[in-house]
Amino acid sequence: MKASSRHLDRFQDPRYYQIAVLTSLVCFGVIALDFGIRWQNAATIVITALGVQFLGTLYAKLPRFDPLSPLITSLSLTLLLRSDEFALAAAAAAIAIGSKFLLRFRGKHLFNPANLGLVTLMVSSDQAWVSSGQWGSAAIGAFTLACLGFLVLTRARRAETTIAFLLIYAGLLFGRAAWLGDPLAIPMHQLQNGALLIFAFFMISDPKTTPNSPAGRVLFAALVASVAFIIQFIYFEPNGPILALIMSAPTVPLIDMLARGRIYQWANPAACAKNEAKGV
Amino acid sequence: MKTLISVIAALLTIVITTSAQAFCGFYVARADTSLFNRASQVVLVRDENRTVITMANDFEGEVADFAVVVPVPTMIEREQINVGDRAVIQHLDAYTAPRLVEYHDPDPCLRYDRMEMSQNGVAFPKSSAEMKRAARSQGVTIEASYTVGEYDILILSAAQSDGLIRWLNDNGYRIPRGARGVVDSYLKQDMRFFVARVNLEEQSKLGYQYLRPLQVAYESNRFMLPIRLGTLNAKGKQELYVYALTRTGRVETTNYRTVKVPTNIEVPEFVQGEFADFYRAMFDKQTRAEKERAVFLEYAWDMAWCDPCAADPLSAKELRQLGVFWVGDSNNRTTRIAPSPAQNVFVTRLHVRYDREHFPEDLVFQETGDRQNYQGRYVIRHPWKGETSCDATQYQASVRDRQEREAQQLASLTGWDIDDIRAKIPFSGGQSPLPRKEPWWKRLWG
Repeated sequence: MKASSRHLDRFQDPRYYQIAVLTSLVCFGVIALDFGIRWQNAATIVITALGVQFLGTLYAKLPRFDPLSPLITSLSLTLLLRSDEFALAAAAAAIAIGSKFLLRFRGKHLFNPANLGLVTLMVSSDQAWVSSGQWGSAAIGAFTLACLGFLVLTRARRAETTIAFLLIYAGLLFGRAAWLGDPLAIPMHQLQNGALLIFAFFMISDPKTTPNSPAGRVLFAALVASVAFIIQFIYFEPNGPILALIMSAPTVPLIDMLARGRIYQWANPAACAKNEAKGV
Repeated sequence: MKTLISVIAALLTIVITTSAQAFCGFYVARADTSLFNRASQVVLVRDENRTVITMANDFEGEVADFAVVVPVPTMIEREQINVGDRAVIQHLDAYTAPRLVEYHDPDPCLRYDRMEMSQNGVAFPKSSAEMKRAARSQGVTIEASYTVGEYDILILSAAQSDGLIRWLNDNGYRIPRGARGVVDSYLKQDMRFFVARVNLEEQSKLGYQYLRPLQVAYESNRFMLPIRLGTLNAKGKQELYVYALTRTGRVETTNYRTVKVPTNIEVPEFVQGEFADFYRAMFDKQTRAEKERAVFLEYAWDMAWCDPCAADPLSAKELRQLGVFWVGDSNNRTTRIAPSPAQNVFVTRLHVRYDREHFPEDLVFQETGDRQNYQGRYVIRHPWKGETSCDATQYQASVRDRQEREAQQLASLTGWDIDDIRAKIPFSGGQSPLPRKEPWWKRLWG
């Protein structure tokens, strides 16, 4: 009885769904879209991330090595980061996972790991970039991505960050189009962007690095959407959302002070709870 | 890489050939931009926020009818405008063209519709004072007016699109219907309009029989190409080639998919004589496969070399003419075949077929760190046709298999009928491969 309930618990952990969805996206990207994900990079990222997580587990004296979170970070990095250099892919993974153990504030890690890995590489190297246009804008593809992503969110029960981000960002895009007198096809086309949906469903949604209260999360999403819009359409720099998330991350502790809430814990067997209490 | 064994010499109409055997095969011919009707060519030199844009003017009509209206993101001073050399763009086209296939343009009288360019109706230039007065009354500011080479150039800004469009129409620039919204949008984005037409007097003094490319250098975070005005002319799809020259690596679009054209594909020998049809059919099919929403990568290469070369790499002097400001002045020829890192220029050739429905937004680009070389390359393998001193049955069978494979590849790339293709192949040993029993349903739905 106990064993079976533990078995059930395991499948309630949304991270299994997240891993399944991200893996299918990687496969879809490689097989159907052929958009330049190199398997060597994917392997380098996964191995480095798991390795650093293992070292971090020893360093933080955690009771159990947890491969799920680093796998999710690895898959997000694989989907978004492009580089011809393995060393850079490895560096991104190491920075991402390392930051979870080193950059902490009040029991939470400060930055979304994959986001920090991506931005550090993008800013510090000419050899790493994000190919945001490579998903195309085929509406059906976008729709599928959105549904799959939503599945993950409903399991994570913290959908408000994603929904708020998408609504506010879409509102800004439609508002801009209305002001410019542009046809609706333009903001629609801007929204049908696979990288934007991956960001909204799999990056900003991370419950460990968003504010603890629902109101805080909506506020945070609004901030990220606005900063992303400014970067993209006032400064005309690419990858607005990804840069906006890292710039907004330091406000999370502030928002948490204003609006109190409970630190998120992945639904997981009791053995893991100790681990999660430390928030890694 | 497979070595191409080709026996082509006298038949070639294209004069540039490689002299040495290259790893990637002997160069046969190339698919340059003259393959497609209504093609525009733009060279974009970009490093950080510095941009030099060159617009090729292969307009072939009465020069008095030529006019160009381009939205630009900043004010443009006189020294930021230059009139370039058409030969350099032709050289860049040749250097980056999909290769190993032969093409000769039979129709020199093609008319091109330029991206962003509307052709001028008959107009009698007014005096500049008159123009300024009329402009002010319509809320249009002529921020600057220059004569550069054979062109009269104006930089316009306006409070309202209505006044600007009326002014342009009054002054002989034929602005397409429906332009109001688009012009309004650019004005609100604080863009100016770069307007040019030919000064006939200057042109006759200079003695050029054709229009030379216009070049503009500016600083802006916006790495984009405005295509929306060009989509207003309801003349169907337009072809655009963008050659990006950067320091770091390949350029791609951030708001549309950038897809590589199929490459390194073996095709039957007869394609050598039908390259134009082959490349057009293949490009059509690829465009449809991407639902007509993709930008195609045809070439991405370090400018220091090529293999096989469809043309020599551009010299430092030519690159500077195109606006590559970071290369030295020296006129050192770059080497072919062997890489030499001195240039530090990476070229990307993008080819896009666009219309308003499938490309609602302007093209936005980014420079990536990708320095992997890529080229559209098609391979013809000629079977041995000389005497054989042994039993060649096995060899012939293998060639027949290869020929059949090539036929199928060609059919799948172009959508051509497989039987038509087979009929054009001289199968080795004089026999076609045994007819394959196709399942009855294979052609049921075509």
